Amino acid sequence: MAGSGIAAARAAAPARRRFKIPAFVRRSASIVVLLLVWEAVGRAEMVDPFLLPMLSDVLVRGFEEIMEGGLLQLAGFTLYRTLLSFLLAAAVGVGIGVAMSVSKRARWFLDPLVSFAFPIPKIALMPIFVLWFGVFDVSKVLMTAVACIVPIISATHLGTRNIDKYLIWSARALGTSEAKLFWKVVVPAALPAILTGLQIAFPITLIVAIVTEMLTGGQGLGGYMIYSARFGESDKVFFGIFVTAAIGYALIEGFAWLRRKLLAWHAETAHAV
Amino acid sequence: MTAIRFYTPLFLLVALWQAAAMGGMISAELLPSPSAIISGLVHLASGGDLLTHVGVSIYRQMAGLLLAVIVGVTLGVGMAQVAWVRDVFEPVVRITYPLPKSALIPLLILWFGIGHNSKIFAVFLGCLLPVVVSAFNGTRGVNGQLVWSARSLGTRGIRLLWKIYFRAALPEILSGLRIALALSFTLLVSSEFLIARAGIGYLIQSLGEAGDYSGMFAGILIVALIGFTADRLYVKFMNWMLRWQDQG
Repeated sequence: MAGSGIAAARAAAPARRRFKIPAFVRRSASIVVLLLVWEAVGRAEMVDPFLLPMLSDVLVRGFEEIMEGGLLQLAGFTLYRTLLSFLLAAAVGVGIGVAMSVSKRARWFLDPLVSFAFPIPKIALMPIFVLWFGVFDVSKVLMTAVACIVPIISATHLGTRNIDKYLIWSARALGTSEAKLFWKVVVPAALPAILTGLQIAFPITLIVAIVTEMLTGGQGLGGYMIYSARFGESDKVFFGIFVTAAIGYALIEGFAWLRRKLLAWHAETAHAV
Repeated sequence: MTAIRFYTPLFLLVALWQAAAMGGMISAELLPSPSAIISGLVHLASGGDLLTHVGVSIYRQMAGLLLAVIVGVTLGVGMAQVAWVRDVFEPVVRITYPLPKSALIPLLILWFGIGHNSKIFAVFLGCLLPVVVSAFNGTRGVNGQLVWSARSLGTRGIRLLWKIYFRAALPEILSGLRIALALSFTLLVSSEFLIARAGIGYLIQSLGEAGDYSGMFAGILIVALIGFTADRLYVKFMNWMLRWQDQG
């Protein structure tokens, strides 16, 4: 039905529809309806407010938490740990990836380790990190960095391994020194692949950063949400999810923006614009 | 044989680790030796509980993942094929996509308590969007010529969907599923660490709290091996499913 109906529906739609629904309405209508239904089932007392507090209650409570409870500071701690772990993983991961492309010995040693580490759920190592580094920032940051480093290593390795040989030969023929060759040719040529690796790693960073905070408590959104859940304060749990989503959204959009800036010279950006 | 040779550095590291532990260079409290971990593993396995915990975890993971595949593929293909389905669900997908799904675990604990369901739903919600997005992209990217040829030969309706769209989207769906598989273990172990009465994550946590570190490391080794084996088996399955594709 869906398959054969499409062509007919597409042909008929413009004629049948007198006016077109504006794009922004179409793009947000279901969200608005969802939020209204959420509020309505609460007002009609169709659900237990413990399980699903009204949207308005969640927002009011969230506003109080921001003004008095220091929720934004907690979000700041989460953001700080996430970014620190990510930068650490990026620096080390890109280094390892490049080393694997440059040195045959490094590749012999690291390739099996990376391929073993790739599919295992790294969060399972958290008890070891707690055993070694305690429950504070060090274990959280290292755990998060380890969880997101593998895609960065493999993307960097792939990107630097497959560089067009002509680029390197031409640069050498024009007398470029090896150090300059690395920064001026190898890095820019591998940049799209490296950035893709970082973009894959980023959501993992956030997922694991939140879990480490839930596991070891302390300051941060993860701890805030799990404590609120244990005390049965579901409105705080919901608002915590909102704030986490907002952070995730801002960071992912920021990353996409950075990619466009860094690759302004690259063909993919020209296509996208 | 080649696989064993490929993993030589891994075995060398383990041998070095064992030697350092026997030479008394690392504290057994902080890092039990490989042989201690193996004997911890044997001890766990002989107790009989191990299989139950592993079974519980795999059940939760499979149930959540299967649910995500059924709902995700249906939704993704539906969004690609039917305009109103897309209008309704695309905004929801877009707005929930950047949320790290682990943030939902506390809510799921509130809703479903500490039993199976909170873990199954954590896995389900964590895996759903990668499946939806890959099914959507895969179905939308289907080569128009395939569809036209099938139509001109009289394929219609459900048959067209199943024989052409689904098959052509399969490579993309299957690679999205591989990402979902990795995420499923992360969410499973995270939620079992946080609150549970059974499961391998619970086992690791309780052994650690009891100070049985060789048992704890053995439990972590089991999780690592399960994740690794699942991925390798999945890749084999994926290649088998796509055996009709041109290689290279």
